[in-house]
Amino acid sequence: MIRDITLGQYYPGNSVIHRLDARTKIIATLLYIIELFIVNNFWGFLIAGAALAAVIALSRVPARFIFRGLTAVFLIIAFTVILNLFMVDGRVLWQWKFLKITYEGIWRAAFMGVRLVLLIIGTSMMTLTTKPVELTDGLEKLMSPLNKIGVPSHEIALMMTIALRFIPTLMEETDKIIKAQQARGADFESGNLFQRAAKLIPILIPLFISSFRIAQELALAMEARCYHGGKGRTRMNEIHFHRGDAIAAVLMVIYLAVIIASRFITFNPF
Amino acid sequence: MSIEVKNLKYTYNPGMPGETLALDDVSFEVHDGETIGIIGHTGSGKSTLLQHLNGLIRPDSGEVWVDGQCITDKSAKLVDVRRKVGLVFQYPEYQLFEETVAKDIAFGPKNTGIAEDQMEKRVRAAMSIVGLDYDEIAESSPFELSGGQKRRVAIAGVVAMRPSVLILDEPTAGLDPAAHDEVLAMIETINASMNMIVIFVSHNMADVARLSDRVLVMDKGKIAMQGTPREVFSHEDELSSMGLGVPPVRDILKKIKEAVPGFESDALTTDEAAEDIRKYFGLK
Repeated sequence: MIRDITLGQYYPGNSVIHRLDARTKIIATLLYIIELFIVNNFWGFLIAGAALAAVIALSRVPARFIFRGLTAVFLIIAFTVILNLFMVDGRVLWQWKFLKITYEGIWRAAFMGVRLVLLIIGTSMMTLTTKPVELTDGLEKLMSPLNKIGVPSHEIALMMTIALRFIPTLMEETDKIIKAQQARGADFESGNLFQRAAKLIPILIPLFISSFRIAQELALAMEARCYHGGKGRTRMNEIHFHRGDAIAAVLMVIYLAVIIASRFITFNPF
Repeated sequence: MSIEVKNLKYTYNPGMPGETLALDDVSFEVHDGETIGIIGHTGSGKSTLLQHLNGLIRPDSGEVWVDGQCITDKSAKLVDVRRKVGLVFQYPEYQLFEETVAKDIAFGPKNTGIAEDQMEKRVRAAMSIVGLDYDEIAESSPFELSGGQKRRVAIAGVVAMRPSVLILDEPTAGLDPAAHDEVLAMIETINASMNMIVIFVSHNMADVARLSDRVLVMDKGKIAMQGTPREVFSHEDELSSMGLGVPPVRDILKKIKEAVPGFESDALTTDEAAEDIRKYFGLK
């Protein structure tokens, strides 16, 4: 159950996408996110979807693996869609007491749903194809100019590394605790919302305690190896841009232009 | 009371990277009152097997029968199964969460529907079985206790459900020698005085030799060997090829045999070995 969350997980591989510099992928993902919000019609999403499909195909990450990650955030998507479906004013299609569905509501709900799905799959492509360490290295390099104005880029990157590194550990821990409490007859599947929330206490308290224990052990281990922050720190593997990154940059510019152009497509079959 | 495991198969992450066959056609039986020790290299499927015995994991194929009831059946009531088969996980103290020891131990019985007025009796009984003093620590926070005490509180939390089968995954891992001995003695008492089936996993071969009526050896998801400790530990070379060993006393006896021609002993515990040595050398 809890292991199904693939968000933030790495899928080992050696595809073109995997080999791209982490910085390229971070910038591309940021651009992709911004562009999803530039898009104002379904043509734009069609283009974004096609670009995403191409990236997925190139990355050779099985589609099944990617979509499994979606099931975990399905609730958020469903919530957004339903909210939009009922909250938008316009030409009324169906009404029951205070609930109404409008033409515009359906359009907006579908629009938001597609945007969220593309957003989640797109960003998870970055984490799926980039090792957490590379990702934070890239982030640190990208942020390093900000050091001059006092942004602790190394510390931020380190915090992210640790957070990403401990996602699977904490998920495993949660899984173990759930099972241990189930073995003591705990039932997490029945009852109303409040009863269920109360039932989480036997999971959350041990999980908190575990996280503190893990944090303390990690801090000790880092100190034992003389960690003293980012100043003067060198790295074993310096990251470099390659030809693939140049190609990716050109493609990104073209993609940006196409997305902006898509705003002006007025043809609407609906 | 008996347990029957038939042709269990289980795969982790089917169809994903990291797909592993954790259990491959595992079958065995446990009879009334037996103590079973399970040994095996890390990743040989021991913990996965244990979690099948109380329905925490459903097998891909195969069946588990407990007391004449098929618990792998979709219609089996899992709360009943978990009351009947108590499972103590590795480092069970990490599951403690209540404000007081008594409340934490009562968590399991409460889930299985024990009335509030019966609770104190239950908790007292469970604490005395694991060797804890109710009047002394029942009202203290479980997080203030020592490691060995925490472990025993957690075990009491399962014992309080009065299971007919008690399963322990590495019950002595990470304990100091004194606490280690106390937990072992406790397992012996539980098995003897309450006539519970006890199944435990351990990497300590001396413990396995001391406690088990029968030993199951797991290797790569299969049962590689099973028999009495004496039978199993006589296959020293096979065990060592699976990354396992024999009780340390065996090594000493081997050295003595080499040094003293004519000396024979197949002792598994230090007491047995001492007896054999005394006899051979005519000591008192």
